[in-house]
Amino acid sequence: MKIYVVPLELKNKSLLEHVVNELSLKFSGKILVDNTQILIDNAHSTGRLQYYSTQIIANAAEKTSYLDGKVLILTSLDLYVPALTYIFGEAQLGGKHSIISACRLHEEFYSGLSNEPLLVERTIKEALHELGHNYGLKHCSDWDCVMHSSPGIEEVDIKGKFYCRECSKTIPLKIS
Amino acid sequence: MKVQYNILIVDDEKIVRESLQHWFEEEGYNVDIAEDGESALKKYGKGKYDLLLVDMKMPGMSGLDLLTSIKAIDKDALLILITAFASVPTAIAALKQGAYDYVTKPVDPDELTHLVKKALEQKHLKHENEILKENIKEIIKPDNLIGESFQMKKLYDLINTVALADTTVMIRGESGTGKELVAKAIHINSKRKYFPIIPVNCGALAESILESELFGHEKGAFTGAQFKRKGKFEMADGGTLFLDEIATLSTKMQIELLRVIETRQFSRVGGNQLIKSDFRLITASNQSLEDLVKEGKFREDLYYRLNVFTIHIPPLRERKDDIPILAHFFLNKFAMAMNKPIKDISTEAMDFIVNYEWPGNVRELENAIERAVVIGKCDKITVENLPFHVSSNQINSDSDDKSLAAVEKKYILQILNENNWNISRSAVQLHIDRVTLYNKINKYGLRTAVEA
Repeated sequence: MKIYVVPLELKNKSLLEHVVNELSLKFSGKILVDNTQILIDNAHSTGRLQYYSTQIIANAAEKTSYLDGKVLILTSLDLYVPALTYIFGEAQLGGKHSIISACRLHEEFYSGLSNEPLLVERTIKEALHELGHNYGLKHCSDWDCVMHSSPGIEEVDIKGKFYCRECSKTIPLKIS
Repeated sequence: MKVQYNILIVDDEKIVRESLQHWFEEEGYNVDIAEDGESALKKYGKGKYDLLLVDMKMPGMSGLDLLTSIKAIDKDALLILITAFASVPTAIAALKQGAYDYVTKPVDPDELTHLVKKALEQKHLKHENEILKENIKEIIKPDNLIGESFQMKKLYDLINTVALADTTVMIRGESGTGKELVAKAIHINSKRKYFPIIPVNCGALAESILESELFGHEKGAFTGAQFKRKGKFEMADGGTLFLDEIATLSTKMQIELLRVIETRQFSRVGGNQLIKSDFRLITASNQSLEDLVKEGKFREDLYYRLNVFTIHIPPLRERKDDIPILAHFFLNKFAMAMNKPIKDISTEAMDFIVNYEWPGNVRELENAIERAVVIGKCDKITVENLPFHVSSNQINSDSDDKSLAAVEKKYILQILNENNWNISRSAVQLHIDRVTLYNKINKYGLRTAVEA
């Protein structure tokens, strides 16, 4: 199955390349970049200065219904859902669309020091994580598995960057 | 077996209900929703839900009213209240009436996830720990903790004994013996296994960085700190904190650590709020702490706090029976990762491996096998592939850098040059695919002689 990566207001263009390369190495299907323009105005919260991820996914679903595969949106926008202060990403569980934001994955927000390799690693982990949800996986209890829950940046760093043996069974990987 | 928890979310705002439902479904919980207190009460039955998340302010029955009604049915019900406006009197009222906790909307996802997880796991673990105590026969080992020798069986027995005791453990052993693996084995066999084990290498960090790593910092604690960051003490809440190379701690950090061990409380850097953290402490050292105490370089009171239960890991040279098992384990691991058809180790090479002293222990053995798999060209690892021979080989003879990466880089460049940079032919010769070769060329910044 193909995976389309859709950049949306992405400031760091090299992230797109890293994500596509990594997904190409891991997944058996083709990884393609799709430049469909997705509406974001109706997802913007003027009060919170953030973007409502569920609304962006709904907008993307309309625009990309013709794409035959999973659709991963990669953005630099700061995302939220109404009950929570922020989220790193959101996915339709067992569905087609997911979105990840690199906004709060930047190390300079936490320590003041820029760390590009760490940003890439975090982004890849979150991409694999949300795609895992698209393939029907829920959070895994194994801390070494990329499907472990990571509500904070510390958990993103602690969890592994691979699917565990059990989760791998559900994902169309090159090597299980 | 993983326990399946049932959660009921009660909130009059559809958008909030749905976002929380989605969030907790991804977490793996069974989620039910109700739009007001009355319908929540209709749905509720004793034992039906493990936890309720209830909005404080709803039309009709309020969150506090619902809490009172639920507690009348089941005094052990777990209920977390969500409020848009936090106020001390409401919080006191909620907690007095038996709420587990309350949070302010919008909630920090990290805070909410941990709160819910901790509430549910605490409830469940009380029961599970009793069952574990009766049933544990054989420990669960991390994949790399390998060995069937008498010494290793004794080690497994010690891990088994201490895992459930929840006591502080000190692991002693030479560098490369696998102290972190033993810590992990203790953790995954303990009642804390559903929470993380947080490793910190005290020797790898400067004092100021280590302080921030352990204690975390508040938003704005220093220039550039736009968000708060939790430290390792806080991250280990519910789980295990593993402090490696404890002997390298500065005097100041020894005092700080002692205070946290005694009180289980601390503040983030730049903050005043006291944070509680319930973690098990495992430390490790390859130095003699007793000597350091005598020399006045390590605090005696801290030493006694840490040295409650000690586990010694034998060096590899004292358990030679395990060497062939370990060597084959690493061979399979690296051959699979590099997609190379090396299946065995020649008898001569195995003799070398078994008789070598391995001053760097298992880590050195692992590196040696990885290197042998990188440069190996036939279906068996031969003596020539081993590092004690490679060091005198042409590949490495003109370089001071003896790291595996340096050898790999040089070897790949050698093969590429031999094949006039024909990628396909070089990849075939290296027994790796073209994508992997391109990645390695990029990684090492390799160029043809003309480009360079």
